[in-house]
Amino acid sequence: MTQSRKPIVWGLFAAGGTVAAFILPVLILITCLAVPLGLFPADVLSFEHVSGLLQGLLSKLVVFGVLFLTIWHAAHRMRITAHDFGIRADTLVMLICYGIAAAATLLMLIALLRI
Amino acid sequence: MSRRPYIREVSKTGWWLKQPRYIRYMARELTSLFIGIYVLILIAGLHRLSQGQAEYEMFLASAKGPVGLVFAIVALAFAIYHSYTWFEVTPKAMPLMLGKKHLPGAIIVAAHWLGFFVASTLLWLIVGSPV
Repeated sequence: MTQSRKPIVWGLFAAGGTVAAFILPVLILITCLAVPLGLFPADVLSFEHVSGLLQGLLSKLVVFGVLFLTIWHAAHRMRITAHDFGIRADTLVMLICYGIAAAATLLMLIALLRI
Repeated sequence: MSRRPYIREVSKTGWWLKQPRYIRYMARELTSLFIGIYVLILIAGLHRLSQGQAEYEMFLASAKGPVGLVFAIVALAFAIYHSYTWFEVTPKAMPLMLGKKHLPGAIIVAAHWLGFFVASTLLWLIVGSPV
């Protein structure tokens, strides 16, 4: 019996969708809107504070996990959605979507290791 | 086979504009576009942060301004819509049995929203507190 790779892809998609559903709204609020709205002082986003938050291995792992799952969830859903917009070149779409997600994963990994 | 079969004309690109439920479906799928772009920007920020203080502050300055603010508001709306649609389908995708009965979907959805607010508050407090 041939085994499908679909469960793995689907598991990642579902995990990413769940993480994004729980975390992304507050993350957008914190990183983009809290300072302009005056809910946080500006130095919450300062170089010292953000790099301080990302010093520990645990926080790096959490940030990597959340962003890794979310970006692959978004990439997979965009691939499927391209079909809904009438784009039938799935191989090309797949290469673009997963390519961007892979490049972003690598960039994030290097960045987190250097912080 | 000689008869010409009737083929309904459906636009490949604009079919979803015909019905509100198709528009809601497309809005749900398009949450991934805004979520994806936002995460890419965030990763770009991490990259600039790893390069040093001057580079990170240049990144912060470029993200400021009305364009960034409007994008953030739109992305937040789509992200909340993603949470809403995701939690709504959870009891359908993963129904829970208690004994021989199904746990009502509304309870599962409510539990997810409770988790959402707990996780949001925790993250807010962690980031907002001085290191």
